[in-house]
Amino acid sequence: MIEAIGLTKRYGRTVAVDDLSFTVHPGRVTGFLGPNGAGKSTTMRMILGLDRPTAGRVLIDGKPYTELHRPLQTVGALLDAKWVHPNRSARAHLRWLAKSNNLPDSRVDAVLEAVGLTQVAGKNAGGFSLGMSQRLGIAAALLGDPKVLLFDEPVNGLDPEGILWIRTFMQNLAAEGRTVLVSSHLLSEMALTAGELIVIGRGKLITQSTTQEFIDSATGNTVLVRSPQLFKLGPLLVDKGFTVRDGADGALSVSGATSDQIGDIAGANGVVLHELSPQRGSLEEAFMQLTGDAVEYHAEIGK
Amino acid sequence: MTLLAVERIKLFSTRSPYWCSALAIVLGVGLTAIIAAASEEQVSLGLTQIGSAQLAIAVVLVMAAIAVTTEYRFNTIRSTFLAVPGRTSALVAKATVVALIAGVLGEIIAFGSVGIAKVISPSSDLAINSAAEWRHVAGVGLVYAIGAVMAVAVGILVRQTAGAVAILLVWQMIAEGLIGIIPKAGIKIQAWLPFTNATHFLTMGADSPEQGGAGIDFKLSQWGSLAYFAGIAIAMLVVALIVAKRRDA
Repeated sequence: MIEAIGLTKRYGRTVAVDDLSFTVHPGRVTGFLGPNGAGKSTTMRMILGLDRPTAGRVLIDGKPYTELHRPLQTVGALLDAKWVHPNRSARAHLRWLAKSNNLPDSRVDAVLEAVGLTQVAGKNAGGFSLGMSQRLGIAAALLGDPKVLLFDEPVNGLDPEGILWIRTFMQNLAAEGRTVLVSSHLLSEMALTAGELIVIGRGKLITQSTTQEFIDSATGNTVLVRSPQLFKLGPLLVDKGFTVRDGADGALSVSGATSDQIGDIAGANGVVLHELSPQRGSLEEAFMQLTGDAVEYHAEIGK
Repeated sequence: MTLLAVERIKLFSTRSPYWCSALAIVLGVGLTAIIAAASEEQVSLGLTQIGSAQLAIAVVLVMAAIAVTTEYRFNTIRSTFLAVPGRTSALVAKATVVALIAGVLGEIIAFGSVGIAKVISPSSDLAINSAAEWRHVAGVGLVYAIGAVMAVAVGILVRQTAGAVAILLVWQMIAEGLIGIIPKAGIKIQAWLPFTNATHFLTMGADSPEQGGAGIDFKLSQWGSLAYFAGIAIAMLVVALIVAKRRDA
């Protein structure tokens, strides 16, 4: 379990992370979502004791990272796949990491096998493709068989096959009862990977909820209604306090009401319905709606 | 002990320490070979150590600094701090391993220089008998080891190769010598400069006019000079460790 309490990081006058509190539970993948520059990486570095919080604290299983004994056995992290010496072999990279936390060399072979790098273990890490580097980073994170795992933008720049592999891998890790925190700026990716979301913007917590709740609350309930008698149904819905807008192809888009409610009203008033379909708002829209005010670097999109 | 093994694996799993060691040996021993080959008279013991004490040491300092700065360059320092969040123990282990390697390298170069001079100029009296002679040759390893600690400290503080190497080379090869040019005060200041004291430790006194440090009014004994040199190195390392611990990695 990871607990952040009032976590704050200031660089001079810039506030990168602002009074952030959240909890990451074991057993599911938690997505750490926010636009670029929202403070995700800074938060992760503070969780791992690399950066010192200006205020607040973050605990892993009740302890700050810096007080963990042999931390690799508790926490595995992949913050940047390029944190390797280019002229050091993959195996040597893992060997020194293993040695530093008293892990046997057999773990090195085990994690190389787990990420499928056994064949290239003797090759220098500098020659690895991005996908291979990510795998090496994940191997390093898994070395100590930790209960808590952190991944910072693990699918960035990967091909679809690599993305699928990492997604499945993280879900399997969570299914084994581990705590998995994955950051991303792509909601669509997180919707497929994460069961729970922590959404931040400009260093502030926007929401923490299950992925489903997040999407529901952010998109709002809209129902598309088609009927030859819309002229009759429209005012009835407005009378009930629902918001009615003209949708595509002469249909009505009703928000604030469930399809059941609308069906009941139509039935009670003898209105014929041709279509009554709940609309699931797109994830991107939901995300944009929530973080729209919180994007650090705006670019006006031509309207 | 574990962390020493970690740093050993790290250092010897890249190529730069091998290259630097080879270069230091070639330069140090090579210079002696050239001097011995060019001399028409006998070669003195003092002459054999010019390469080790004044040339190869620069390469060793660079090697020691690079051992740290490449970690910053490739961000493996962050992996190191993730594995050892206390930071201090990891950096002390690194300084220790680098100092040991530098020390061994110093002995190889010092005795190698004596050896090659003997081979090239068999008539020279290069026997190492007196305490001063032993200090002059075997002491090179000690100076290298302490210098390496200093270089590691500079590397931690500066965090980038070019800066650290520039500081060390200008300091060790140029700056301390130039201060002697300042009228009157110069030689008094020089008596308290670290690398000048390291040179003082190595000198055989009047027997070795080739060695630097002539004319400086040292207040310390020769072993005192070495202790002073070591004290400065340790003080610099302590400052570097404090900074590294406080700084965001």
